Amino acid sequence: MSRIQSTFDKLAQQRRKALIPFFTAGDPSPAFTVPLMHTLVEAGADIIELGVPFSDPMADGPVIQRASERALKHLVTLHQVLDWVAEFRKRNVLTPIVLMGYGNPIEAMGWETFARRCAEVGVDGVLTVDFPPEESHEAFAHLAAHCIDPIFLLAPTSTDARIERVARQARGYVYYVSLKGVTGAGHLDLAAIAGKIPELRRHIKLPIGVGFGIRDGETARSVAGLCDGVVVGSRIVQLIEDSPEQEVLARVGELVKALRFAVDQA
Amino acid sequence: MYNYPDKLGHFGPYGGIYVAETLMGALEELNQAYEKYRHDPAFIAELNDDLKHYVGRPSPIYHARHLSGHLGGAQIYLKREDLNHTGAHKVNNTVGQALLAKRMGKKRVIAETGAGQHGVATATVAARYGMECVVYMGSADVQRQSPNVYRMKLLGATVVPVESGSKTLKDALNEAMRDWVTNIEHTFYIIGTVAGPHPYPMMVRDFNSVVSRECVVQMPEQTGQQPDVVIACVGGGSNAMGIFYHYIDMPGVRLIGVEAGGHGIASGQHAAPLTSNSPVGVLHGNKTYLMQDANGQIIETHSISAGLDYPGVGPEHSWLKDSGRAEYVAINDEEALAAFHELCHFEGIIPALESSHALAYAMKIAPTLSREKILLVNLSGRGDKDINTVAGLSGITL
Repeated sequence: MSRIQSTFDKLAQQRRKALIPFFTAGDPSPAFTVPLMHTLVEAGADIIELGVPFSDPMADGPVIQRASERALKHLVTLHQVLDWVAEFRKRNVLTPIVLMGYGNPIEAMGWETFARRCAEVGVDGVLTVDFPPEESHEAFAHLAAHCIDPIFLLAPTSTDARIERVARQARGYVYYVSLKGVTGAGHLDLAAIAGKIPELRRHIKLPIGVGFGIRDGETARSVAGLCDGVVVGSRIVQLIEDSPEQEVLARVGELVKALRFAVDQA
Repeated sequence: MYNYPDKLGHFGPYGGIYVAETLMGALEELNQAYEKYRHDPAFIAELNDDLKHYVGRPSPIYHARHLSGHLGGAQIYLKREDLNHTGAHKVNNTVGQALLAKRMGKKRVIAETGAGQHGVATATVAARYGMECVVYMGSADVQRQSPNVYRMKLLGATVVPVESGSKTLKDALNEAMRDWVTNIEHTFYIIGTVAGPHPYPMMVRDFNSVVSRECVVQMPEQTGQQPDVVIACVGGGSNAMGIFYHYIDMPGVRLIGVEAGGHGIASGQHAAPLTSNSPVGVLHGNKTYLMQDANGQIIETHSISAGLDYPGVGPEHSWLKDSGRAEYVAINDEEALAAFHELCHFEGIIPALESSHALAYAMKIAPTLSREKILLVNLSGRGDKDINTVAGLSGITL
């Protein structure tokens, strides 16, 4: 059983929802990545989505764009990100790690090598934002060969046919993008999410995580009530940007603890 | 018969639909609308009417006799896309996409632009069809193409300078994509080149293929034959696909795409992914040859011409290169600038710096060929927009 599946199974038994924080590897600088991962877990994260920086993050809003730029100033590479996961695994063998980013750095490394390295270092899932099911068959076959879960996005605009297609190919969990826009944008429409989730559940038997636009405990609690997991990204990345370096870990820890508390109220 | 792309937009291994799920719905909607209207007689009639009376088509083909005589070899003919309304081939595509937007009930159009020609062509048709228009332009390009920025504003468009990344065309494209995904219900994204996710590379090619549709009729009328060689500059590659398209199935016609060699391929400062043998990658919704570092990060490009300053190339060009049907070469900044001045001097035509790359390659090979050979160059745009750049390089402030 994959680490992602067992994590969701355990949470389901406890009638709890997953808290899935995201941040960009290498932001604010490389030395922070592994400590931040441990901080997230200590503060109550169930799964970590670790962003792989890319020069052209088309689906991201300004907050995560700037995080990518900060990381790339430090010349962060996919090889390094994988090494950091290996480092993290020396002290943590339970928390699932999902790499999230764009396809080109993986194309440059080669999917075969990438999938093998993921398995070696202990990556559990991979979400490539710009590889929809139409284009990911061959690439994700390499992931499957190494038992890495391909995580897919679904959106408010996804048709029934597309939901069904994702249901067939996805493993681990499905990430529902809760609003029309880029990461970190606008306000959530809880009623719209509440309406869409049952539609997704008709085809999707995997857990459903919801993200994009979750900014505080209140929205996290409300969203958690509608799905199986809550993804919080831009809010954390914004805090990393706003904090003096010596306070990054403490402040992110506080925020995630508050989110944990809120999600557990759902 | 040449029959690319396939249903999902693949040209061999290139092209495709590499976008986030949030855009898939809009692309499906666009694809369905385009499939519905591309063969619709009423749509075609309206398009042709506007191409004739608004754009001024057909554009003439001009025999550059003095230039050819001076070079002493093959005869150079120019397809005068510079004479179109707005001064470049870009308007062929924006008229087509705006008419499609109108039929889809979209009231707002957005565009990315590098040199500003596509932005101007989009602002123009938005005014013509009564649509709101927002153009994204890298802040570096806003600086170097200020006349076009003002033209867009005169036409009622909002120009948004993009400060992220390298502040050029690729970043403008990223930002336009972000706008589109946010305002997807009422917004139509008019992409200006044969890149982006399917159906854009096919659709933009189709709208620009009016250029070669005219050439295959005009050349025999004027010269008694089809050209021996067709030459066009390639940034994203829309003017090249336009003039190549109806020649692809004529194996006797050589097709040559000219990339921006910048300071020379060896310098690394260029915008020539095909000529420099860059690796294949994924950017802006499609798979294609792409200038990138060993870690898959897109690298900054350089060209004297803002319109060619792009790290990728339309996926159909990648396929035409691999299949051997077209050849790709590079012309550096200096050679393009020299060709710019030569055309002014010998023919009284000020070419765009983009088109000057194609012209420079024609001038390079003409002397090596016999006087009976015919080279057809796509003079894709006029150079009025470039006079500040050219004057600056000559140490003159206007």
